[in-house]
Amino acid sequence: MKKIKVCILRSAGTNCDKETAAAFKIAGAEPELLHINSLVSRKRVLGDFHILALPGGFSYGDDIASGKIFANELRFKLADSLRQFIAEGKLIIGICNGFQILVKSGLLPGSKDLKQDTSLIINDSGKFEARWVYLKPGGKCVWTKGLKKAIYLPVAHGEGKFVTQDRSVLNRLKKNRQVVFQYCDAEGRLCAYPGNPNGSIENIAGITDQTGRILGLMPHPERHIYAAAHPRKWGLRFNREGDGLQIFRNGVEYVKENL
Amino acid sequence: MQYKIEVVDKPGIFDAIGQGVRKDILDLGINSVKEVKFIQCYILEGNLTENQAITICRELLTDKVAQEYRIVSSSGKAPLKANHPALSDRPVRASALQHIVEIAYNPGVMDPVEASVLKGIRDLGILGAESVKTAKKYILYGKLSASQLKTISEKLLYNKLIQHIVGPSLPQGDIKHQPGYYFNLVTVELLKATDARLLEISKKGQLFLNLDEMRRIRDYFRKQKRQPVDCELETIAQTWSEHCYHKTFRGNIAYKESRAVPALGNMSIKGLLKSTIMKATKELNKSWCVSVFKDNAGVIRFDEKNNICFKVETHNHPSALEPFGGANTGIGGVIRDPMGTGMGAKPILNSDIFCFAPPDLEFNKVPAGSLHPKRVMKGVVSGVRDYGNKMGIPTVNGAILFHKDFAGNPLVYCGTVGIMPKDKSFKKTNPGDLVVVVGGATGRDGIHGATFSSGELTHESETISSGAVQIGNPIQEKKILDTILQARDKNLYSAITDCGAGGLSSAVGEMGAELGAKVYLDRVPLKYSGLSYMEIWISESQERMVLSVPCGNIDKLIELFASEDVEATVIGEFTNTKRLELYYEDNLVCDLDMHFLHDGIPQVTKKAVYTQPRHKEPKIPLKKNLAADLLKLLAHYDICSKEWIIRQYDHEVQGGSVIKPLTGIVNDGPSDASVTRPLFGCRKGIIISNGINFRFGFIDPYWMAASCIDEALRQIIAVGGSLEEVAILDNFCWGNPDKPDRLGSLVRAAYGCYDAAKAYGVPFISGKDSLYNEFSVHGRSTAIPGTLLISAISVMKDINKSVSMYAKEPGNLVYIAGKTRDELGGSHYYDLYNAIGNQVPKLKYRESKRTFTALSKAAEKGLVESMHDCSDGGLAVALSEMAFSGGLGAEIFLSEAPYESSNPRNDFLLFSESNSRFVVEVERKNKERFEKILKGADFGLAGCLTGGNNFKIYGLDGKLCVDADTRRLKESWQKPLSW
Repeated sequence: MKKIKVCILRSAGTNCDKETAAAFKIAGAEPELLHINSLVSRKRVLGDFHILALPGGFSYGDDIASGKIFANELRFKLADSLRQFIAEGKLIIGICNGFQILVKSGLLPGSKDLKQDTSLIINDSGKFEARWVYLKPGGKCVWTKGLKKAIYLPVAHGEGKFVTQDRSVLNRLKKNRQVVFQYCDAEGRLCAYPGNPNGSIENIAGITDQTGRILGLMPHPERHIYAAAHPRKWGLRFNREGDGLQIFRNGVEYVKENL
Repeated sequence: MQYKIEVVDKPGIFDAIGQGVRKDILDLGINSVKEVKFIQCYILEGNLTENQAITICRELLTDKVAQEYRIVSSSGKAPLKANHPALSDRPVRASALQHIVEIAYNPGVMDPVEASVLKGIRDLGILGAESVKTAKKYILYGKLSASQLKTISEKLLYNKLIQHIVGPSLPQGDIKHQPGYYFNLVTVELLKATDARLLEISKKGQLFLNLDEMRRIRDYFRKQKRQPVDCELETIAQTWSEHCYHKTFRGNIAYKESRAVPALGNMSIKGLLKSTIMKATKELNKSWCVSVFKDNAGVIRFDEKNNICFKVETHNHPSALEPFGGANTGIGGVIRDPMGTGMGAKPILNSDIFCFAPPDLEFNKVPAGSLHPKRVMKGVVSGVRDYGNKMGIPTVNGAILFHKDFAGNPLVYCGTVGIMPKDKSFKKTNPGDLVVVVGGATGRDGIHGATFSSGELTHESETISSGAVQIGNPIQEKKILDTILQARDKNLYSAITDCGAGGLSSAVGEMGAELGAKVYLDRVPLKYSGLSYMEIWISESQERMVLSVPCGNIDKLIELFASEDVEATVIGEFTNTKRLELYYEDNLVCDLDMHFLHDGIPQVTKKAVYTQPRHKEPKIPLKKNLAADLLKLLAHYDICSKEWIIRQYDHEVQGGSVIKPLTGIVNDGPSDASVTRPLFGCRKGIIISNGINFRFGFIDPYWMAASCIDEALRQIIAVGGSLEEVAILDNFCWGNPDKPDRLGSLVRAAYGCYDAAKAYGVPFISGKDSLYNEFSVHGRSTAIPGTLLISAISVMKDINKSVSMYAKEPGNLVYIAGKTRDELGGSHYYDLYNAIGNQVPKLKYRESKRTFTALSKAAEKGLVESMHDCSDGGLAVALSEMAFSGGLGAEIFLSEAPYESSNPRNDFLLFSESNSRFVVEVERKNKERFEKILKGADFGLAGCLTGGNNFKIYGLDGKLCVDADTRRLKESWQKPLSW
């Protein structure tokens, strides 16, 4: 059996690294927690891994803006190895703060020169929001394969409102089928606050790049690996699968089949 | 070069911060502000070219998609860029319709953003930046008078203890630029001091030591034949402070009481803690208690491989003065307790309980020198949110209560649970181990925190004790946590403790108490120069831990910390001299006998008197329809929904949450306790709950204490737990214990704790007291209501047996378990009528235990669909919450509820707050099995759930006494705090 190696990249303030690693492990991969300093100092190289995961948290305290400092580390210190990683057809997932990092580094929606043309800004409510939301899957992305019905995941963030530079960026995302998750109600209909917890345009909760191999999303699939985490289905007995696991499994399966 | 940079949202981007401020201004009763624009400012200093400054703005400080920037000054030159109305060529000028308030931190206050920005600049390859300051600028559009602007600034935008309004003149001098410190040994003339002089020394030095203690210190130094160094005196004051030594709980008490039931009788108590709290634990002698009352947190067994620990602390005085910073550092401090327990535990959940004055208190009723309770509450919630969320610890449990007497002195309780491997649960420092300080650098912040909290707050505290106020840096603490756990698992250190109150003085003093320690104070990393040896020693700068490290491991340890940018510095060594020796640049500045330091405090006997108060019994007319009272109760601040707060806390991080603080078909009902699964894939869970009700204490603190324990336990039962492995923690927040009446009620509460803990078989494993919670204005003192928080922790064998509180299915049966008595004393129903009454809820332990055990068994067998405990507001509130959280109606017949009364009344049965009661939902098919298990306990089948929204309660006479729409009930419950 081939070992699927996942780099769970953390920095000061990362805090969802352990549960993200657990999710990948349950999905069949071999995750390793790696501090960004060991990549920057070249003690370790990204090339050792098939999947790069940027977990949630508050990298550098969300100081200046969420994900900004971490994103700059990627842009100014690791750009080449990231470009190569992507060129080799490997996968990246960014969850919550990880999504903020992907967007602010320009890795999402993705362009050659890593130009930032979308952002995640302060929630319209002006405060941190921890709540469960329904997500309508769509678009073209290896991470969301097989997801048809709305899935249920928790969000927990203060800066999750998705915005684009201008209308044309939004149109391009839609045309290229890069919008992969939208906030919706239990029946899959787009809805307003609190169903859309931050006021994102067009209820966008997650996007992918043009290759469909880089996924960023604000909600936390790693927090719904077991049904026990569901706010109402905990009665559904021990260790039954939760809505978030399929995303991790998709990533692992893709690597198995394609790399 | 200095550059001032302003960053603002682009037009069309919704300014959520500005909007929030506008809403708060409306709350102040000022309607003329039409819009508020928020501008983030950065002041960069260093050897930077203009092009570099522009790069920093573009690549680091501005979000290109949503923001614009402008460099408004560059050492006097003209602004560089202008493309936004708020940043027009001419800087925004104040006018009658446009007001500008810019807020910056005072010199010396830690700006958590500074380090991040400097790192960000270095990452750009720009190395010349020396310092960064941030400021917040608000532009208020609308007509405002000067006094309105002052009100808005002072009541909303800044706190003068840590911030100032930036004037048109130059920024305030940077503390970094102040002159360095030149060693100067300061001794205190003590040997010949008279009593009056001794007291003066204590007062002037903010030592908070009494005359006996000062005399004892004088005698010690007379024997040494020398005057004490200031540092020695401070060390003793810290160690002997109420905060660190708990003089009241450890000392002797002469207690007298009258009229109390049960009577404790007059007695002389040798150590209140030993005679009550610790005695219960000792007598119960549970094998699963691993370490109690010894370490920074109490430790119990979790499973074969792991132990869990729990500690709850208070941070009341700092939160009164600076709510955000006080609560922020409060939670930061309690998180370090599990981190410093055993060889270090990983924090896995937080709990937060607050007491405030009502948020709608009229401004003229706010005591002089205090902040308005709504400001305090918002600040405290933000402080906890900021630290807890950034540490990645779920906040899963809490409570908030309100009473006008918390106006000058709010209560902020923060608790943290940690988990650690069984074999890492104990520590041992050895002679020769190095003293290593890890984490943040030391500054002048938080000096005198320990002694400050050992005195009463006054209207002048804000000026006198402002040094005790700090802002936390959660990311610094998170870095320490990440690295400490790695160092622990590599066995690189032999012991660990946190730097809390008293700073290094307490941490090193405690670790070296049995051995002795030598510390070189000039080796401690500093935030800025100018600190004296004494300030270094007692500074309470946050985010520091102290390790004892065997010499052979030191290089590996420092390398590990450095790999994640955490500073670890050797500052001394542990010895076997049994002396505390401190040096500064080769000068001996402290040489104390450890035995004298830790055991030399004179034993005092304090007087305590308790007289049972008699309150007026209210005359409430009999009413046929009780729906209006129910609606009012649901809107009582104590009872209403706390969703506005709970949603700001991340309760799902770490991925182990099972029973969450909010539950129901739309996740908005109030859970009783929380259930967390700390290990992935593991069947076992941890239940956390709390009991707190100061209202019962107005009648009798003895029964208040017993009821708090009952409340914490019944919440555990309500989520499917059992009494089998439950440990509890006590946190007493009381008034000045030097006043006999305050101490008398404290004694009674402590005995209530003993009796209830013994009866239920639940040991105390840790606790803390915060005394002197009084606020005086010009000598007139108001004590807070004596408040006891009982926190409970239990190991649940199987999380699949968890039960939630919301109604599940129409047609299911509704049982009421536990007997209601006419115990309306201290109830919220009486509070609606501004009365306290005298019939406080009591306990019949055998009866309660029968109910608890039976329900626990029923839940274990899977027979319980939902269960909710009856607390504030009684049966009616519990039934309503259960129904509307499940989106269902109910039909309930009061005649079927277990009820003992000489004068039965519908309102008393519905609103009494008798202990040990539950509402339970059971499927019809399980009726017989459920009733068989409950046999012998008090219970009644009181009705059933219905579809739709009708909530009907039929009274004792069979007639409808509540006929309400559940949507209306829910609305009433949700409205008061839905800011």
